[in-house]
Amino acid sequence: MALTVTHPRLARETLDIYFLEVRARLLEIAATLDRIDRSARPEEVVADPRLAFVREALAVLQSAGPERARRIEELYSLK
Amino acid sequence: MFFIDPHIHMVSRTTADYELLALSGVVAVSEPAFWAGFDRSPAGFVDYFRQLTEFEPARAAQFGIDHYCWICLNPKEAEDLGKAREVLAEISRFLDQPNVLGIGEIGLNKNTANEAKVFQQHVQMAIDAAHRQAAGASPAMPHALILIHTPHLQDKLKGTRLILEMLKDFGPAIDPGRVLIDHVEEHTIKLVKDAGYWAGMTIYPISKATPQRAVDMMEMYGPERLCVNAAADWGVSDPLNTHRTMHEARRRGHPLPVLLDVFYNNPARFFGQNPRFKPKPMQVAML
Ligand SMILES: [Zn+2]
Repeated sequence: MALTVTHPRLARETLDIYFLEVRARLLEIAATLDRIDRSARPEEVVADPRLAFVREALAVLQSAGPERARRIEELYSLK
Repeated sequence: MFFIDPHIHMVSRTTADYELLALSGVVAVSEPAFWAGFDRSPAGFVDYFRQLTEFEPARAAQFGIDHYCWICLNPKEAEDLGKAREVLAEISRFLDQPNVLGIGEIGLNKNTANEAKVFQQHVQMAIDAAHRQAAGASPAMPHALILIHTPHLQDKLKGTRLILEMLKDFGPAIDPGRVLIDHVEEHTIKLVKDAGYWAGMTIYPISKATPQRAVDMMEMYGPERLCVNAAADWGVSDPLNTHRTMHEARRRGHPLPVLLDVFYNNPARFFGQNPRFKPKPMQVAML
């Protein structure tokens, strides 16, 4: 039996449900980056590839869709 | 709503978790052989395989849960080829146990040459097992079911590609419909499904997928040949994450037949290819 499945909700309903969660997660990321800055010897991680990954992932969030999640997964994958 | 948990490591869970699973609708669990958090000796593996085939089915039965398992040497301990040879020599006799569904979870961990070699040996063993079970059977006899673990985090994409290439090298001896490739995420699910394999999504607190992302993937890539598991083990994990994913799909408005398909019928269809697996797919009838 082949079942076709699409997201059954309106975009507005989806935004209503997940907006506060998104806001909370953005704040968590911001606060974590601040925490790294406030930690001792921040100069040691300036060139850390993990922070470069975070910046590139944030650029994916700012870009138009589709498949932002897949693109962030690929950014984090060893070639 | 009934569930089949397609990937859970009950040896690492308490008996209270069996009760919790039973209370939350789980009627069958499938337990792949995995890494214990430390490297074992070959003798330790024999004890572990006995635990999977003798002790856990009895523990599960107290709660009305059917316990099935998979036997192999996990990829994390496959680096030592000498040990691999000794453990692989013990595997075939356990494949005949009544609750064993096939070979798994094999795969790759750090994508090394030794891991790849042991992976291929296991696949060959699955092919040979079919012929051994039906002596004199035709070469078209299907191979034993295979359950595959894909690597974590940044190694996943490369490892999944390597696994798909190695399987392809076996040619028609491997039927993609008899292989489940687990722990897929947004960047690997399409590769796996497009090649005709079954895909498993694992819901973990930090790595792998969340309930929300898993339901997104179900919507984008379709519920066919797709299973969801919590892969609960000795690490930070939660056996009810399968249920949380069903709940997320339900609150988005997905109908009961789709939920039943993903959380019960799909595992029943994949595992049911081995006649030892008893639960059969179900249908929703409105009275
Ligand atoms: Zn596992």
